[in-house]
Amino acid sequence: MYFIIKNIIASTGYLLLAVTAFAQSPKGENGTFALTNATIETVTKGSIQNGTVVISNGKITAVGADVAVPQGAKVIDCRGLWIYPGLIDSGTQLGLSEVGSDVRTKDFNEVGDVLPQIKALSAVNPNSVLIPVTRISGVTTVVAIPEGDLIPGTAALINLYGYTPEQMYAGFEGVALTFPNTGRKGFFDRRTEDEIKKAAEKAVKRLNDVWDMAVQYYKLDSATKSKGVGYYPEMQALLPVIKGERSLMIKASASKDIQAALKWVAERKVKKVIFTGVEEGWRVADQIAKAGIPVIAGPVLSLPTRDYDRYDKPYANPGLMKKAGVKVALCTGGAENVRNLPYHAAFAAAYGMGKEEALRSVTIVPAEILGVADKLGSIEVGKNATLLVSDGDPFETKTSIKYVFIDGWKVPMVSRQTELYEEFLKREPGVSKN
Amino acid sequence: MRKLFYSSLLIIASLNAIGQVERGSVLIKGGTILTITKGTQESTDLLIKDGKITQIGKNIPAPQGVKVIDATGMFVMPGIIDAHSHAGLDAINEATNPVTAEVFTGDAINPFQIGLYQALGGGVTTIHAMHGSANAIGGQCETLKLRYGVKDPDGLRMDGAPRTVKFALGENPTRVHGGANNILPRTRMGVEFVIREAFSKAKEYMEAWDRFNKSKTQKGFRGAPPTYDLRLETLADILRGEIIVHCHSYRADEIFMLLKVCQDFGIKKLVFQHVNEGFKVAPELAKFGAMASVFADWWAYKFEVYYSTAYNAAILTKNGVTTSINSDDGELMRHLYHEAAKTQKYGALSDDEALSLITLNPAKQLGIDSRVGSLEVGKEADVAIFKGHPLSAYAVPMITIVDGLVRFDREKDADDMRIYIDPNIALDATTAADTGGNDVENCLQGAEEAFNYMFDLN
Repeated sequence: MYFIIKNIIASTGYLLLAVTAFAQSPKGENGTFALTNATIETVTKGSIQNGTVVISNGKITAVGADVAVPQGAKVIDCRGLWIYPGLIDSGTQLGLSEVGSDVRTKDFNEVGDVLPQIKALSAVNPNSVLIPVTRISGVTTVVAIPEGDLIPGTAALINLYGYTPEQMYAGFEGVALTFPNTGRKGFFDRRTEDEIKKAAEKAVKRLNDVWDMAVQYYKLDSATKSKGVGYYPEMQALLPVIKGERSLMIKASASKDIQAALKWVAERKVKKVIFTGVEEGWRVADQIAKAGIPVIAGPVLSLPTRDYDRYDKPYANPGLMKKAGVKVALCTGGAENVRNLPYHAAFAAAYGMGKEEALRSVTIVPAEILGVADKLGSIEVGKNATLLVSDGDPFETKTSIKYVFIDGWKVPMVSRQTELYEEFLKREPGVSKN
Repeated sequence: MRKLFYSSLLIIASLNAIGQVERGSVLIKGGTILTITKGTQESTDLLIKDGKITQIGKNIPAPQGVKVIDATGMFVMPGIIDAHSHAGLDAINEATNPVTAEVFTGDAINPFQIGLYQALGGGVTTIHAMHGSANAIGGQCETLKLRYGVKDPDGLRMDGAPRTVKFALGENPTRVHGGANNILPRTRMGVEFVIREAFSKAKEYMEAWDRFNKSKTQKGFRGAPPTYDLRLETLADILRGEIIVHCHSYRADEIFMLLKVCQDFGIKKLVFQHVNEGFKVAPELAKFGAMASVFADWWAYKFEVYYSTAYNAAILTKNGVTTSINSDDGELMRHLYHEAAKTQKYGALSDDEALSLITLNPAKQLGIDSRVGSLEVGKEADVAIFKGHPLSAYAVPMITIVDGLVRFDREKDADDMRIYIDPNIALDATTAADTGGNDVENCLQGAEEAFNYMFDLN
């Protein structure tokens, strides 16, 4: 009898759910929220048991165990649940790529080798099907970065909620630079040592020429107070980098390339630099640490770069660099499975980085590296209300993400993938139509 | 004469090698044993003798001379089985014809591939080394055990494993042949026809041979035998039920199409590979008795996987389809335990259900479930030992055992994995500058030229 009643209750529940689902597609909500009785992992100020987070006007307005619920606030009882800052993936093509094999849906790789003036933010598709799939896993904020030759474009940090690029923009842009490949590309690369050296020299010369021109442009621009220099979009876009107002995101993966990039940065006195990729960072971790350059490392779930390297090097890389004193943020490097960022972090944690530091590497550390630590990366009063509520450790696969807030918006916890699940778990009609 | 002597010596030596699979004995003490078929047994010992599991229980004394592994606080599970891999192969796609059932990946085994060792590092012990997906009917595949360290390609074969063959539907065969080679199939309609035509010809061939074999014993028979054709012979073996079909597929319509084709030709042993939209025809798959081997969450890398869901494995499982999770990729293969764990996020499968996806179920799909896929007395001793529960994202595979021999031990793992030193190979050669993430499909390796040509056409 009990089971029958339970079933009836359950089916009624499903029915209600179905009715609401058909009635309207779910929308985001904002306003004032109080998330009560939660374990709050602030990341920067320890964890708070039985605490409350108050969200108002897109910001976190109160955090603590003795916080009063404001009048009129929508209360969400988070007993048995945890609150974490929204996770940040510092290197993706999310919004810039929809279907991997279809070039017509790939907007991250433009023609040309010096294109700092083209902007990821303009091409991000706010309505990408990939975005809801990502954010309901707790990844709230990502860097969308162009890829390609030398300077493929300007990357942007975006929130995964909003209907225009302005609504999504999360306060960081950086110029991407693919550092010239200085070594052999792999066993298949049959060039002679001399050919490799010459190709590398040529590529570095191209980079130096561009940089010198940008420095020259900066001088002219300063002398003429930005008047009378003419239309040089590339140079204009490099100006904030030369001035040190904008980061240069240098992609270097092989150890030789990282070393060459370190040398180049020192010689050219580049003011704001982030290294990305750094797959072989562990080989030269001390040198990166000494230069004080932060890194965005990943994907963690990848194969060793050399057949003879220890099998777990990609998993251990973030931890090894951290241990050497490098500031490490993580990335997945993809588009459709950015949702797996928590698992990249878990592998980094298990293979030497430790859970606490792995959590930091997808929250406060990227916020600091990207210059948005006043808005993102921890649960603190005054920061943007960008957070997740889970029923456990968000890096564990058993854990469910219950709620996600992005800039104070309570995001609907649905994606095309969950909708397909609802429709097809018990398909109607089943195998026979009658 | 001398030549003959040496050749016979060689033949004798190789015969020896074929017959011998190295087997070991070991006692694993005090672990939490995840048997898959008989529940979870805490603080339990598992005894392996000559490559077979001989005892599971408490306080088993170590037989003399048997190595003991202390697994206290660790988790012991069956070696992981990957029902879709291209590891250990030097050739993957014979992309020269829409039908190439005559070729066999087992003729291109490379025991030196480091990927085999890296997979052991992820607890994998058996893989289905498959032909690629360039052809509607591809080549036959080989089931390998990861006995990394043997130098003879034959040493990797899982002797006695049933024969399997690769089929492929959708974008890959239509693009390679219809797109690049300008021959049928260019559409999903064409793919159906290629398969129906192949089976029809094989049926004629089979019947011609049957007629010949029947009449040749009759007195006064003077007819000639039909021309022997390995392609048709192989296809006939599929019709005879001697080969398991493993079909690369994505969309619900093409999956349903192959079900109908197989029904018409009386083919029952059918496993769908990738099968991203399998969830849409789960009741039909279940009714047919077809099985499904899927990715945990890969999607959107091409258009035919755009309408996917990570709940695929759970929907299939709950609809009664025997489902496995595979890798098709050297990286994914290293953490199939983690891929299986994702079904707990996407569909709340139980621990046993999730672990079955990478052990017993792929064993069923390869027809080797009486030998491997669970920890039971009498089964082959392929075992993975984990620090942390294998379904935890923090799990670390520590020891992997194949046929009772330790083939991977994290504690003894070397920093430099070179098994040969070639002074001509530059030590700084790296793929680091070249990796493009892990969101590509590997089924088309070897067919890239056709592929490139096609991109030019676009």
